[in-house]
Amino acid sequence: MNTKVNLAGVELKNPVMTASGTFGSGMEYSEFMDLSRLGAVVTKGVANVPWPGNPTPRIAETCGGMLNAIGLQNPGIDVFCERDLPFLQKYDTKIIVNVCGKTTEDYCEVVERLSDEDIDMMEINISCPNVKEGGIAFGQNPKAVEAITSEVKKRAKHPVIMKLSPNVTDIIEMAKAAEAGGADVLSLINTLTGMKIDINRRTFAIANKTGGLSGPAIRPVAVRMVYQTAQAVKIPIIGMGGIASAEDALEFILAGATAVSVGTANFSNPCAAADVIDGIEDYMNRFKVEDIKELIGAVK
Amino acid sequence: MKTKELCRIISQEMIGPEIYSMWVQTDRIADQARPGQFVTLYSKDRSRMLPRPISLCEIGDDKKSIRLVYRVAGEGTREFSRLRSGDDIEVMGPLGNGFPMEEAQGKRVLLMGGGIGIPPMVETAKQLSGDVAAAMGYRDALFLTEELSRCASLYIATEDGSVGTAGNVMDAVRENHIRCDVIFACGPKPMLKAIVDYAGEHKIPCWISMEERMACGIGACLACTCQSKEVDGHSHVKNKRVCKDGPVFPASEVEL
Repeated sequence: MNTKVNLAGVELKNPVMTASGTFGSGMEYSEFMDLSRLGAVVTKGVANVPWPGNPTPRIAETCGGMLNAIGLQNPGIDVFCERDLPFLQKYDTKIIVNVCGKTTEDYCEVVERLSDEDIDMMEINISCPNVKEGGIAFGQNPKAVEAITSEVKKRAKHPVIMKLSPNVTDIIEMAKAAEAGGADVLSLINTLTGMKIDINRRTFAIANKTGGLSGPAIRPVAVRMVYQTAQAVKIPIIGMGGIASAEDALEFILAGATAVSVGTANFSNPCAAADVIDGIEDYMNRFKVEDIKELIGAVK
Repeated sequence: MKTKELCRIISQEMIGPEIYSMWVQTDRIADQARPGQFVTLYSKDRSRMLPRPISLCEIGDDKKSIRLVYRVAGEGTREFSRLRSGDDIEVMGPLGNGFPMEEAQGKRVLLMGGGIGIPPMVETAKQLSGDVAAAMGYRDALFLTEELSRCASLYIATEDGSVGTAGNVMDAVRENHIRCDVIFACGPKPMLKAIVDYAGEHKIPCWISMEERMACGIGACLACTCQSKEVDGHSHVKNKRVCKDGPVFPASEVEL
């Protein structure tokens, strides 16, 4: 049985990775699972300097999911390279570093800094709904998507994944813009902007007022967007949005995703990503699928 | 080492208004647990994605069980409260750092708890020897007073004045002229703030257990941060993780 997949020349032992922001740099989860089982670890977003993030409460549970407005708190690229990268490099898994910024220059600074590091890919977050400047500002305008993608590509020595926002009128337009800018791979989807009101305190459930909705509640939206995008672009897609089981992951793969990320499910099950890998193998055995590539985009 | 276990419920009873006490059997959690640490409980309903953090109230003498005393605050904790002896529940733990028991050795310790911050003080009191005072603040109905009075001189404050000092825990401390060398506290933020101010005024070393909404419970997601006075060694900003760096912090290290 072959579970290997190829993303822009990078071969993953299986298509399962972690979704940025739900897994730190893997350190905390390594107490529960062998990180070497994963196709890749996608780190929490890292910026050129430390970011303090948003005020608390930063999260709220909703039916079948959660809202978060962490605000991309991160220790900055220097600490990340000194502390988190050497930790991840001990494992037999691919390292995908998620990059965030407020300006094009911020992104480029991190990308340049990472060029000399022993990593496998970069994922550029242009879709965080929780920071005012940067993030989403780049992700909702096709011209801006193309421009930032090509600026990053000029500097990156590793394949570049652009992480797209679902908070747009037409996901295909954004996907094509990223492809035109030279993106090697697309990640979709990031969280959907949402709100929850605490009726007892008569205020917003999270301090930022709005937050990004994730978890199984958003999965049908994500599967639809992956399917539409797969029909429209030639570059591979990493599918994510509410994956909590192998069945969920297989939906994305059949819809056209080459790889998948497990995110919010890590909070309810710290071994969720490993369970998804096991479940995909079971499915392949059960249906006598010899190569996972047979499944990618098999549903037209 | 933290573990996630499927635990058998030994017993469950209501011990106060919406306050439940649940003993659960554990393979490894109890054996490693310390006072002031917590566990997370998982719903069987998959529409409830996030674990609920619950403090450890007691660790069984056999080191094979833990007691969790919690308040029903929503549908998740309501589900837990309906579980009965013989049912099972997923539990992860022990989590967080716990109270620095070594700082209390041979000293006059004052334990202060308010509301659902009272339960962790039971195991803390049990593991301390010597001069232990406990000042506990209740809205009205009392709970865990028997357990606390077995291992500490117990002072009670009630908001409605039905038992003990009318008012809060600080009123009880002043009214009873409680003297101490160290304070361990857990409760709502306004209470903690009053305690920290008091401790600062009297130059008493003080540790407080903080609460914040959590997702992962293990330090990865950065949901449950609190503000630190200095730049934190892990985050490199003035934020600490309540679930991992805490929940217990020296009062001098965090902003309330």
